[in-house]
Amino acid sequence: MARIAILSYIKRKSLVHELTGTTKLIFFIAWSVASMVTYDTRVLICMLLISVVVFKVSKIKIRDISIVLGLAAVFLLMNNLFVYLFSPEYGVGLYESRTVLFTIAGPYTVTLQQLFYHLNMTMKVICVVPVALLFIACTDPSEFAASLASIGVSYRVGYSVSLALRYIPDVQREYHNISQAQQARGIDLSGKDKLLTRMKNSVAILLPLILSSLNRIETVSNAMELRGFGKKKKRTWYAKRPMKRNDWLTIGFVLLILAVDLVVTFWDGSRYYNPFL
Amino acid sequence: MKKLSVKSVVAIGIGAALFFVLGKISIPTPVPNTYISLQYAIQAVFATLFGPIAGLLIGFIGHTLIDATSYGPWWSWIIASAFAGLVIGIATLKLDINDGLDVKKIIHFNVSQIVAHLLAWGLVASCLDILIYSEPIEKVFAQGLVAGIANMLTTGIVGTLLLIAYAKTVVKKGSLNKED
Repeated sequence: MARIAILSYIKRKSLVHELTGTTKLIFFIAWSVASMVTYDTRVLICMLLISVVVFKVSKIKIRDISIVLGLAAVFLLMNNLFVYLFSPEYGVGLYESRTVLFTIAGPYTVTLQQLFYHLNMTMKVICVVPVALLFIACTDPSEFAASLASIGVSYRVGYSVSLALRYIPDVQREYHNISQAQQARGIDLSGKDKLLTRMKNSVAILLPLILSSLNRIETVSNAMELRGFGKKKKRTWYAKRPMKRNDWLTIGFVLLILAVDLVVTFWDGSRYYNPFL
Repeated sequence: MKKLSVKSVVAIGIGAALFFVLGKISIPTPVPNTYISLQYAIQAVFATLFGPIAGLLIGFIGHTLIDATSYGPWWSWIIASAFAGLVIGIATLKLDINDGLDVKKIIHFNVSQIVAHLLAWGLVASCLDILIYSEPIEKVFAQGLVAGIANMLTTGIVGTLLLIAYAKTVVKKGSLNKED
């Protein structure tokens, strides 16, 4: 099995990289909330444009994240397809009008309202993608736990997250080693075997992985206990950076967006922007 | 809230790393675009061994990392993953694997995980999908049902086999006999 291609921290010099982890975390959370709440086309278009601009500023290249973009495209396509297959008339109910463009077969008509609904749903997902990618690609993992702690998450939980980030490569390597060893012994996980056999075979890989992970948990937690982890209510972080002017500006900006988003979305009593009425 | 022990902190971290790595590995099924999600078996085992908070956070951290590194977070399903871990952890609080495993305990584990996945994918994920993404009810429940059943089967088969194998490696209390 080849190495799993995943997105990780990409070190560059840019405005986005210079912001503290805390700022980026707050931006990411506020942005997610804003995109989840709204279904207003105008707001979504603005958010989409802003996220593209932020992406440009970050100096992360499309090439760096092309795999991720491909996956996102496939995911969105499947989702749209399923929504359409299950209820081709959903947009009609939502926007309370019906403009038929053409009919494919049986109940599967293409209406303007349905297309508009799909457009909105897609934008809702897409406008988070660049921000989420940037958050991963521009935040130093060692700074991440400090950011979590500074927005009020218990430092124990913050430490769990940073342990997870620290041990992902190790676990990955271990999985790879075990699976190669088991494949050499004739255990197959690919499509050639029956599903049930494949599940049983996976246990042969997972069990050594779990046992070695439990050992690792023992070792790491002993080491942390010896160093007095969790003794005090608070702790300081080596990777924490002080907030600068740009950080406050960014936080102010994203909170403003969130506020505008909430006002525009709810002030006429409906989440949806309806151009058909 | 009770403070997390050092061991739980580490177990959550490494559990989430396992959840992430297994979530990225796809074992194909005959249904196109559907994969066996081995991570839920691991999550269930860790929730049983380390409790509900561990189950919750492993699901939440692991699933967020999977989504954020592949196509942006789909929050409703992330919350459902966390919820499944929490329920399994609560339901298996009284289940002690360290002094051996019998049929009763295996049934206990499986009933807990079936209830947890039923609630998580049949109720939590689908309701949040409707609330957040305003998707049609039929699609959401069909999807939730398929995902829920797949996760139940994976956890039921792989998780149970893992627990049995794990219990065998633990030295039981009073396993030493005095020599006559």
